Amino acid sequence: MAETTTHSYLENTGRYKGLLSWLTTTDHKRIGLMYMWAMMVFFLVGVILGEIMRLELFRPGQQFFNAQTYNGIFTIHGIIMIFTVVIPGLAAVFGNFSMPLLIGAHDVAFPRLNLFSWYLFIAGAAIALASQFMGNGPPDTGWTFYAPYSTQTHTNVVAAVFGAFVLGFSSILTGLNFIVTIHRLRAPGMTFFKMPLFPWSIYATAWIQVLATPIVGITLLMIIAERWFRIGFFDPSLGGDPILYQHLFWIYSHPAVYIMILPAMGVITEIIPTFSQKRIYGYRAIAMSSLAIAGVGYFVWAHHMFTSGISTTERWIFSLLTFLVAIPSAIKVFNWVGTMYKGSISLKPPFIFALGFIFLFMIGGLTGLVQGSLATDIHVHDTAFVVAHFHYIVFGGVGFAFFAALHYWYPKMFGRMYNFRRANIAFAFMFIGFNLLYFPQFILGLMGMPRRYFDYLPQFTAGQQISAVGGWLLLVGIIIMLVNLFSKKGAKAPDNPWGGKTLEWTIPSPPTVENFENIPEVTEQPYNYD
Amino acid sequence: MEHTETHITDYRVYGWVLLALLVFTTITITVTWIDLSAFTVMVALIIASVKSVIVLRYFMHLKFESKMFTVFVVMVLSIYVLVIGLTFFDYLLR
Amino acid sequence: MHRDDLGARLGMWIFIFTEILLFGGLFLVYAVMRHRYSDEFHQAAHQLNAFIGTLNTVALLLSSATVAMSITAVQKGEKRMGVLFIPITLVCAGIFLFNKYLEWGHKISIGLYPGSDMMIGLKHGYILFFSLYFFMTGLHMLHLVVGSIILTIIMVRIQTGSINAGRITLLENGGLYWHLVDLIWIFLFPLLYLIT
Repeated sequence: MAETTTHSYLENTGRYKGLLSWLTTTDHKRIGLMYMWAMMVFFLVGVILGEIMRLELFRPGQQFFNAQTYNGIFTIHGIIMIFTVVIPGLAAVFGNFSMPLLIGAHDVAFPRLNLFSWYLFIAGAAIALASQFMGNGPPDTGWTFYAPYSTQTHTNVVAAVFGAFVLGFSSILTGLNFIVTIHRLRAPGMTFFKMPLFPWSIYATAWIQVLATPIVGITLLMIIAERWFRIGFFDPSLGGDPILYQHLFWIYSHPAVYIMILPAMGVITEIIPTFSQKRIYGYRAIAMSSLAIAGVGYFVWAHHMFTSGISTTERWIFSLLTFLVAIPSAIKVFNWVGTMYKGSISLKPPFIFALGFIFLFMIGGLTGLVQGSLATDIHVHDTAFVVAHFHYIVFGGVGFAFFAALHYWYPKMFGRMYNFRRANIAFAFMFIGFNLLYFPQFILGLMGMPRRYFDYLPQFTAGQQISAVGGWLLLVGIIIMLVNLFSKKGAKAPDNPWGGKTLEWTIPSPPTVENFENIPEVTEQPYNYD
Repeated sequence: MEHTETHITDYRVYGWVLLALLVFTTITITVTWIDLSAFTVMVALIIASVKSVIVLRYFMHLKFESKMFTVFVVMVLSIYVLVIGLTFFDYLLR
Repeated sequence: MHRDDLGARLGMWIFIFTEILLFGGLFLVYAVMRHRYSDEFHQAAHQLNAFIGTLNTVALLLSSATVAMSITAVQKGEKRMGVLFIPITLVCAGIFLFNKYLEWGHKISIGLYPGSDMMIGLKHGYILFFSLYFFMTGLHMLHLVVGSIILTIIMVRIQTGSINAGRITLLENGGLYWHLVDLIWIFLFPLLYLIT
């Protein structure tokens, strides 16, 4: 161990060289990067599938392929983006890379389990992707696998469902690892209320991963059993109830939205005090709101089912709970803005991405209330309005927060800087492109454009074409960003390029294998800028 | 917290616990011979819950662990009960 | 790096939570279906042999007790006792599996299994009851088999001395997993066999 402490984690110090040294690593920083590379590939595949759908929708009627192909494409787009990009997303990449650094630990609690989670992640993704090429063609159920269609369609649902099951297992083990890490490996003196807020959000996220994912796991197994053995749980002709599937599915899949967004909020909470050079406003309120979002977020699932035929009581209860979850989310936004107030703000790329996040997240969040309200939901349910809403949350929120985190911790990850001007240009393209892409979908949805439709009425043409152009701009922005970050090495990064106060900025960039030569003793609150 | 690491339960304790569990098993079987109509399920679940608490506290050592473990177990079970309850607002009132 | 036994146990407990919720999904389906078809569930439960169910309950309770006692033995440094308790557990597991083999075998031989022509022809409540029966006991059996494998490894480890009074976490965690299997059966047994 002794000689490794002076080496950067990016150099090969172990038994193996090259690729093999990465594939056998138990270093949380390397595993974080491995998640990132894999996810980047999946993300680009998902983006390309999205752009293909936009091309097909450029004009009414059939352009390039038929409706069945379109169904297959939106299904795999959803499966890839949800299960392999945004759900593991920030938690797997930056939860792994940054969280142990922020709490002053050498590694996560179970490093080998951590590597195993990564292999499960890759295996699950491979199985899900294999569904495209095996059996009777790509699944066409949408990523939600709603019964009874998913139990009856001849397409290859089983592989996709099993892939999602394995991905869920990976997610559970990551969550388990993070909970134990945060409980047991915080630096001496770092009480829970002296812990930075990104680990707080990871902690809340990890609990949801652990407590919600098993429910979808068993539900997906039920789908497989339904297809193979006709167990009848969701088949009305055998006495089952398809709505029960929706319950079980959303008991997981709504909390899954918080698995995505909580770490995103955590990242923003790290970035804003650093670039405002000011103590975070309302530390405890932000920490507690993470737990509140996790807690209440577990009990809002049936708001996806307002038009499914559930009882009226169920509907108003879940409408109420849905509105409740808006409160802790709003507390966070308020506190971010409160932190910026009278801070000495420096408009560097991570901060700009964070601002982009706040703007897009607000639009996504407020339009969510439209659907949380029973009367208006009936109008917008299953329309492009919903598509726009969740893309504002999942891409505008999680995606932009991911890019913010990437620009924030990039110097720590690679020990290099990047070109700020190009990063800003990339942001401008992405921000404008994103809004052009999805804002028209709100309007189209209100006008009556259904989601998941291959064809549409001529009056929607203009909106769909604006969306397509927005999609191109967004793609250009993503390419500029990736080229800027990864095409050539930038200048060497200092240990603390942004003037941050959390522990990861006290160690070299890139960190050594052991992170901290001596585990620091923590005596103060984080974000002590005064 | 650390003193829990060395707690050793006596064999006899486990013997008594096993006996208690077998007694409760007998009770739960005997009760099925009595017709309790609507309460059958409830009684069965209550007895099963008592048995689980015994297993959790003694066999699974919750009694001797840090309090945190008990808090987590209670939290998880409460969440699960709430999930069932909220689902039944649909099925009971549809 | 120092060893963290409490952390390891915490990790195991969290894993147990996920298992509880995994079965929890099935219990939720059971609850909903029982609510819908309570009479048919009552009648269908008559088809299950409560005697075999009881026997299996006793076997599992006994097996749990012996795993717990094995921990005590190893903690006291009585290695031989520690090793000897585990085969008792494994024999109980064997009895359980053998009974289940008889039960399942009988049902399958008369054509009562999910997807069979006979099953599809039954009343809805019956279909769902037997589907749940096979799904829940099948998943439970899978856990029992995995638990047996883990305990066998642990037994060898105690024998070789890599589990001892000072390093007992693996045995404790294996025990926790085994008790979980017991815990689930404590609910499965009355819900499937007894509520007739």
